[in-house]
Amino acid sequence: MVAHVTTPFQSIAEIRANLDDGTYSCRELAESLISRIEEHDNDINAFITVTADDARSTADAQDVLIAKGQAGPLTGIPLAHKDIFCTEGVKTSAGSKMLDNFIAPYSATVVEKLKAAGCVTLGKTNLDEFAMGSSNENSYYGPVRNPWQKSHVPGGSSGGSAAAVAAGFCPVSTGTDTGGSIRQPASMCGVTGIKPTYGRVSRWGMIAFASSLDQAGVFARNAQDAAILLSAMTGADPRDSTCIDAPLADLTQELSTPLAGIRIGVPEQYLSELDAPMADLLTSALFEMEAGGAKLVDISLPHTRYAVPAYYVIAPAECSTNLSRYDGVRFGYRCEDPEDIEDLYKRSRSEAFGDEVKQRILVGTFTLSTGYYDAYYRKAQQIRRLIHQDFVAAFNSVDVIAAPTCPGPAFQLLEKISDSIAMYLQDIYTIPVNLAGLPGLSMPIGQIGQMPVGMQLIGQYLDEARLLGMAHQFQQRTDWHLATPTLQATGVSHG
Amino acid sequence: MADWQAVIGLEIHAQLNTRSKIFSAVSTAFGADPNTQASLVDLGFPGVLPVTNEAVYEKAVAFGLGVGATINHQSVFDRKNYFYPDLPKGYQITQLDEPIVEHGHMDINCADGSRKTIHITRAHLEEDAGKSLHRDYAGETGIDLNRAGTPLLEIVSEPDLRSAEEASTYARQIHKLLTYLDICDGNMAEGSMRCDANVSIRPLGSSELGTRTETKNINSFRFLEQAINHEIERQIVVIESGGRVVQETRLYDPDRDETRPMRSKETAMDYRYFPEPDLLPVVIDDSFISAVQDRLPEMPDEKRARFQTAFGLSEEDAETLSGNRSLADYFEYVASASDPRQASNWVRVELLGRTSKDSFNSEDVPVPASELASLINRISDETISGKIAKTVFDALWQGETDSVDAYINVKGLKQVSDSSDLAPIVTAIIANNPKQVEQYRAGKTKLLSFFVGQVMKETGGKANPKQVNDLVRIQLDTA
Repeated sequence: MVAHVTTPFQSIAEIRANLDDGTYSCRELAESLISRIEEHDNDINAFITVTADDARSTADAQDVLIAKGQAGPLTGIPLAHKDIFCTEGVKTSAGSKMLDNFIAPYSATVVEKLKAAGCVTLGKTNLDEFAMGSSNENSYYGPVRNPWQKSHVPGGSSGGSAAAVAAGFCPVSTGTDTGGSIRQPASMCGVTGIKPTYGRVSRWGMIAFASSLDQAGVFARNAQDAAILLSAMTGADPRDSTCIDAPLADLTQELSTPLAGIRIGVPEQYLSELDAPMADLLTSALFEMEAGGAKLVDISLPHTRYAVPAYYVIAPAECSTNLSRYDGVRFGYRCEDPEDIEDLYKRSRSEAFGDEVKQRILVGTFTLSTGYYDAYYRKAQQIRRLIHQDFVAAFNSVDVIAAPTCPGPAFQLLEKISDSIAMYLQDIYTIPVNLAGLPGLSMPIGQIGQMPVGMQLIGQYLDEARLLGMAHQFQQRTDWHLATPTLQATGVSHG
Repeated sequence: MADWQAVIGLEIHAQLNTRSKIFSAVSTAFGADPNTQASLVDLGFPGVLPVTNEAVYEKAVAFGLGVGATINHQSVFDRKNYFYPDLPKGYQITQLDEPIVEHGHMDINCADGSRKTIHITRAHLEEDAGKSLHRDYAGETGIDLNRAGTPLLEIVSEPDLRSAEEASTYARQIHKLLTYLDICDGNMAEGSMRCDANVSIRPLGSSELGTRTETKNINSFRFLEQAINHEIERQIVVIESGGRVVQETRLYDPDRDETRPMRSKETAMDYRYFPEPDLLPVVIDDSFISAVQDRLPEMPDEKRARFQTAFGLSEEDAETLSGNRSLADYFEYVASASDPRQASNWVRVELLGRTSKDSFNSEDVPVPASELASLINRISDETISGKIAKTVFDALWQGETDSVDAYINVKGLKQVSDSSDLAPIVTAIIANNPKQVEQYRAGKTKLLSFFVGQVMKETGGKANPKQVNDLVRIQLDTA
């Protein structure tokens, strides 16, 4: 077994200092984390693929750079990618049997950029199939367990990436967020997660779920790390027409901006139905912000209650056609001995897609059908505009909006899997943000029953730096983000 | 037919001749090995995204201006969803509700000499699909995705056409315009332009529309006429025998000259169109449109008129020679470098006798325009006779030579026009044919051509016929 060179819960800043002063090498750090993954991931199941050999050789190359004094902020920083980002030469499954045999022939822009920045990729993390789910129970590779309590879900769909950071497998990881898939698991795993403005990060190479909502983001131990990692992922990309034509952003620039004078909108619709423990924690966090000088303002987002229904029309509609390419013809799963092309399509798709994916394809196919389009898809787009207008109106009087990330802490495995509506309502506070294309951040603000919960900060377009700055200031005043779970080694240890 | 009127609208799919595909950077060149010109985008791999090749906007706008249409300042791409093995993504990116071009028109000449305006409902951008190859693999289907993602402009007419002939005239004019604007190579054999014909019939004098059928993927003007005529006759038989035309999609089989059903309305697909979320709306501003306008080439009608005045051609000949831009350019080169009327004759008779006007492409013609001009000039300066010139043209066509002058020299085809060389030959011929001389002098002057022919034979055709004619007459008449 490899000796651990460090505590597994160091931040990027701490690792950077240790790598630069030679306390340990990139290789030693990578080995240490690989052995921790081997020791504990049988229980957590955060990884679908661990790319240990790649990680070692990349780490060695970064050590050479550091020795030459050519290290950048992310040189040698270990991370994990949600297994929805295509990674050249590595299985990229999207959590689906459909792509269990798919070795990506190219890398996503996000993967390319972070590789160029010197990050050491430890592997690909587990997720709900094609990012559809809020508990990570919809993966072909089995559920991810919450490092805080293994009987509980980590949230989803980026559950593996959230759990990997929470479990101390890596300091940061990437995720995608279509209706809350970064913020919700960040809240449930007690880490900081941010979904930037739609178009801030290129979608090239990110396997599509719902194109108009999907956005890449990050998980980190704290806001500062999130700012460093996300900055390296941003920037215009000629391969994605919906990517915002803006240069690489420095999202760390407002980390030291004080809270004083910032107007925080608190939407009545987001608080009225909260359980008492959650409401109490949210209130305490808001008071902390207020104590730091921020000003709380009551606001109204009147169309909030239409967000979940609209989302569950738009997202399935887009997914139903985005997933048409998985037909068994060119790549991915193909059924045995098809009789004809019809049979090839039907059985390949029936055998390789999971139930939740099938349900959404069916819903989306229905809502786009002739005779139903106006009643569903067009109506949902109208609601989307109204929700967008709600936010625009609110931002006339406030700088950011604070809200719960999700209704409560992580729930138990199997607790909600058979009740789609209960599961969908997990995302009631995160979905409006995707519909409006705004940036949203979740950070830990306390615990309920020894399980972490988060608060969401919603910003104006391209205002990620402010969200990260406010979260950083909050984390200077509190230590919820420093809390870590204790993993009991029950898995077979390798090494 | 006398009691019935046909109502026809055409949907013409023109492949735009951009170097790369509409949503990827891969080449669109025809004829490459299967699947060698298909990128991850064309193959619809997980995670890929389309990015529009902006060259298609200019071509679509040029077409719109060419048919006096409205260019929409904003147009939207949509997804048309259906499963087919040669449609990699399971949807085609096209334009439904907001196309780039709307409300154009094209005037055509009818059989009775009148002009008629055909309204063009819309023209929209979309991507072509790949090809399924059923014949090459026994019991299996091969898929070639080289064509997938080739840009198409789909040009939809109003049902303004009333006969197969009008439809083919309209299609030819669209073809001519596309090649003039250099937005489509017009090569119908390679599928660069394909037509779908919507056909219905109604009692003469009625203003209601009958139930229509759509006959798809017709790739020649001849087939277009045949397919429409066949479909009109079929519908008349159906209705006159008490039946009802069923709305359906049909396929024309040129081998059997028949159309047969592909799918009926009952089994019609629901394409579940919706706006393509991976692409932003296409925004075309006025300065872009006026820049395209400024770059527009001479239009077919303008060129025909200019050919008439500049080269002294009849309207009919000018129409023929301006029928396709490559042909017009070829002709204009020849006409400018030699005698224009001769150029007109040679191009129309010799060149178009060997190749079709519609598919004429100067790059595929073995006789370069410069050599045809030389050939005509060698006739004009009496180096060779018109008859010899035809053999030189044949040699060029067959690839035996690529130079008129070199061929004339090597083969010794220069005509003999020196009277000191020709006079003794004429004298000898006259001396050797006393009987014919006697008849000629007795008044059978038609025999002049006999003597001329003998001289030509003697000189292997190289003698200048006009000069031989003169010499023979002088010697016969004066002796």
